[in-house]
Amino acid sequence: MNEYALGQGLWEMGFAAAVPFTLVALSAMAVLLADLWLLPSQKRALPWAALAGVLLSAASVAFLWNEEATGFGGAIRLDRFSAFFAMVFLLGTGLVVLLSSAYARREGVERGEYYALLLFGTSGAMLMASAVELVTFFLGLEILSVSLYVLSGFFRQRPASAEAAAKYFILGAFASAFLLYGIALFYGASGSTTYAALRESFGSAAFPYSHGLLALAASGLLLIGLAFKLGAVPFHMWVPDTYEGAPTTITAYMSVVSKAAAAAAFIRVFGASLSSLQQDTSAVLWVLAVVTMTLGNVVAIAQTNIKRMLAYSSIAHAGYLLVALTAAGEAGYSSVLFYVLAYVFMTLGAFGVVSLVRKGEGGADAGAEALDISHYSGLAGRHGLLAAAMAVFMVSLSGIPPTAGFFAKFYVFSAAVRAGEVGLAIIGVLNSLVSVYFYMRIVFLMYMKEETVPVRGSRSRAGWVALAACVLGTLLLGVLPSSFARLATESIASIF
Amino acid sequence: MELPVLSLVTFIPLVGAIVVLLMSSENEKAVKATSTVFSGISFVFSVVLMVAYNRAIPDFQFVERASWIPQINVWYYVGVDGISITMVFLTALLSFMSVIGSFGIKDRVKQYFALFLLLQTAMTGVFVALDFFLFYVFWEAMLVPMYFLIGIWGGPRREYAAIKFFLYTLLGSVAILLAILAMYFSTTPHTFDIVELGKTHPFAPGLQMILFLALFLGFAIKVPVFPFHTWLPDAHVEAPTAISVILAGVLLKMGTYGIFRISYPILPDAARDFAPFLAVLAVINIVYGALVAMGQKDLKKLVAYSSVSHMGYVLLGLAAMTPTAMNGAMLQMFAHGIITGSLFLLVGVIYDRAHHRDIDGFGGLAVQLPIYTGIMSLACFASLGLPGLAGFIAEFMTFVGAFPVFKTIVMISAVGIVITAGYFLWTLQRMFLGKPQEKYAGFPDLSARELVTLVPLQVLTVFIGVYPWLIIDFMNSSMESLSHFLRGV
Repeated sequence: MNEYALGQGLWEMGFAAAVPFTLVALSAMAVLLADLWLLPSQKRALPWAALAGVLLSAASVAFLWNEEATGFGGAIRLDRFSAFFAMVFLLGTGLVVLLSSAYARREGVERGEYYALLLFGTSGAMLMASAVELVTFFLGLEILSVSLYVLSGFFRQRPASAEAAAKYFILGAFASAFLLYGIALFYGASGSTTYAALRESFGSAAFPYSHGLLALAASGLLLIGLAFKLGAVPFHMWVPDTYEGAPTTITAYMSVVSKAAAAAAFIRVFGASLSSLQQDTSAVLWVLAVVTMTLGNVVAIAQTNIKRMLAYSSIAHAGYLLVALTAAGEAGYSSVLFYVLAYVFMTLGAFGVVSLVRKGEGGADAGAEALDISHYSGLAGRHGLLAAAMAVFMVSLSGIPPTAGFFAKFYVFSAAVRAGEVGLAIIGVLNSLVSVYFYMRIVFLMYMKEETVPVRGSRSRAGWVALAACVLGTLLLGVLPSSFARLATESIASIF
Repeated sequence: MELPVLSLVTFIPLVGAIVVLLMSSENEKAVKATSTVFSGISFVFSVVLMVAYNRAIPDFQFVERASWIPQINVWYYVGVDGISITMVFLTALLSFMSVIGSFGIKDRVKQYFALFLLLQTAMTGVFVALDFFLFYVFWEAMLVPMYFLIGIWGGPRREYAAIKFFLYTLLGSVAILLAILAMYFSTTPHTFDIVELGKTHPFAPGLQMILFLALFLGFAIKVPVFPFHTWLPDAHVEAPTAISVILAGVLLKMGTYGIFRISYPILPDAARDFAPFLAVLAVINIVYGALVAMGQKDLKKLVAYSSVSHMGYVLLGLAAMTPTAMNGAMLQMFAHGIITGSLFLLVGVIYDRAHHRDIDGFGGLAVQLPIYTGIMSLACFASLGLPGLAGFIAEFMTFVGAFPVFKTIVMISAVGIVITAGYFLWTLQRMFLGKPQEKYAGFPDLSARELVTLVPLQVLTVFIGVYPWLIIDFMNSSMESLSHFLRGV
């Protein structure tokens, strides 16, 4: 047979659905191999190789943008939804790679594994978003999680980093067990692990009562697993320590990619397949959303370490996502997608600034990361652009127009009101009022206080490019949200 | 194609801000010149707007409409009517004067002017927006530059003042946001269209009351209505001179403007029910504000509390709902803008020279600074309501219009006028009369730049005082139709 027929055959088997994440995984292996041959002086090429892999995969997603395909016997699916999330993950990964290029070298972790694991993690996240079968979804989750366990402990010499990895690993393994148990129960109740079978079994109100109980128990267990990944209260205990101890760029990656992947899987499982259980899940999600937002925002106020503050802020933002997930429906889920995209720009941007700022000459530990919030005092005087970028991200995270964060929150809260969850929307809005205090405190320190500890910003060109992209994205999504909102709506429409 | 005048008035300062940001921070002169030019062009367009506006009809004019976020029916929708056109002009005028008045800024000049121009765009946007979403975006966007302007260039307690201003206003904004969302979802088809909602006012009386209260919280903080006024003295006192001018001249008006533009047309039943409470709050503002002003030692704080008192007249006019009272309220908004704007500029002038604002610390300045004394006296007399000056006409119309509706309240309010006259005259006496003091001997009188910012405002004050129709003509038809609509005649 000729090559054309082979291609045709692969296409019919649904290989197209696997192309984007396969490309990322292959690039990860290529990075690993390249690391073996490269001389230490040539290691600078590693991030660029990783970036090339990201771009390659993004090109394939763009190429397949209008395609729909189901592959591997109904295990994965390529549709607008998975394409949207693939783009979000790749965008996040690309920006993290750019930020890492200087950070990793300075912190002495510029090794092939670092970039390879980032890419592996991304391929896992992409698999999570495109999986339409529970075991495949679990596979994706584990690929992502294992990469992150290693990456968060990448500073092998530092106890904090080891602690971060150990906590994350132990609690993560625990959460995985819940998840697996849930999957097993689903299998018991419906006799299959595909989402389509879930929908069929529980789609009509006619399924037997005992199965209903099983399904509820299974949903609960699955919810716990996902809530852990999302960093929702009360499954958030690992977040502050892990975010603080992990390398800053990895923290950025975790807060963006891993959260987005959990949201994607959530929508596929609970939104598109188990919508018949929505009343029950909504009640649970409502509570989760309220405690998550409130705890995140209130505890963030008391933080003195900027990474810890951003960790609690990320918990709070998981709460906003939960508001949208509680609202459910196409409007609620579209707002999740928009939120995730906005969140990539503003959060990566904020962590990006943190990764670029370090203590200046004069102190005993010159060159170390400047992680105390007080280190940001007077940053505007010395590094006007860095401070301005950070101000944009803080304003956006607090949800003030005309930034991405405002429209994202507006979208979420209006979805909640539309779904009749007015109380939840009010709690959400009040929460974002509280959050203004600790976000604006950073701005206040940067612009209105004198420098206490000399800090200096990195001149890494790649890092600056990433920050510029984040600022542009934050403003663009705030001023012209329309086309991105349409993208989100279309992506959701493709799975309902 | 017609020139999109409103968009030009609104966004030319934004273009200016971007240009300023791209300039070198070394060249402060060029930054100042550029800012003046952009703010000036915006002002010129606002004059064009006033000239071309058809005063006979109450409808929206210079309307521009383009789809912005079609998914949720959000439009870029701007236009002006009798309620907003004078405010747009006032904003452009005071901003232009304040840019010139800010030439004395020495620290981080580039950022200051960029933020100032950004602020101007946001403020103008609030007055021209006819779509709730757009309105809210401008309303909130104003906060950030204001926060920086107070927090970086303000006085010794600037940090406290800036965050207090920010959080207070944001609390109010959040209430407004919830009201907007509630309105959006209780209409079919869902709409953010302020004009449309004002025509159909489709809400049941119970819901109207809830919406009215939520909106009122947001607007009352801005005005500020007692007991939400505590941010104001802090912000005004700590802000740099030009920003105090903008705060008093423009920002406070947004609260009452919001009631005129949104609460009244869209929620008429609730407005009628709420009017007596509004009148009571108004008289508290008038009398309490005046009494507190009288007790101040700091000149700037005195002017700040006088604002609380003067905004009370606007509330009183609003509450009365008669055409005369509402015209008076609207005129008071304009008059207070130019009069208090001048007062804050004048406080800045003396502070630049003496480096203190303690009223009792001055004395006999009339001999040393004759021109300053003249202009300060004019502004104070205008503020206390001397006939022939702008403030008098506005207060008089408000009282005349409100008297048939709230007799007792108007009579109590009149006490406020006496107290106001008292503290302004006492202030003039303490500052300018008496024996000249040695330490103020070498002070130069007003410079040419200071005169450029002050004289136009004084000319307007006198001109409106003599010929108030100049401004009332713009608002009259809109006020009459709004009043008729509210009172059902």
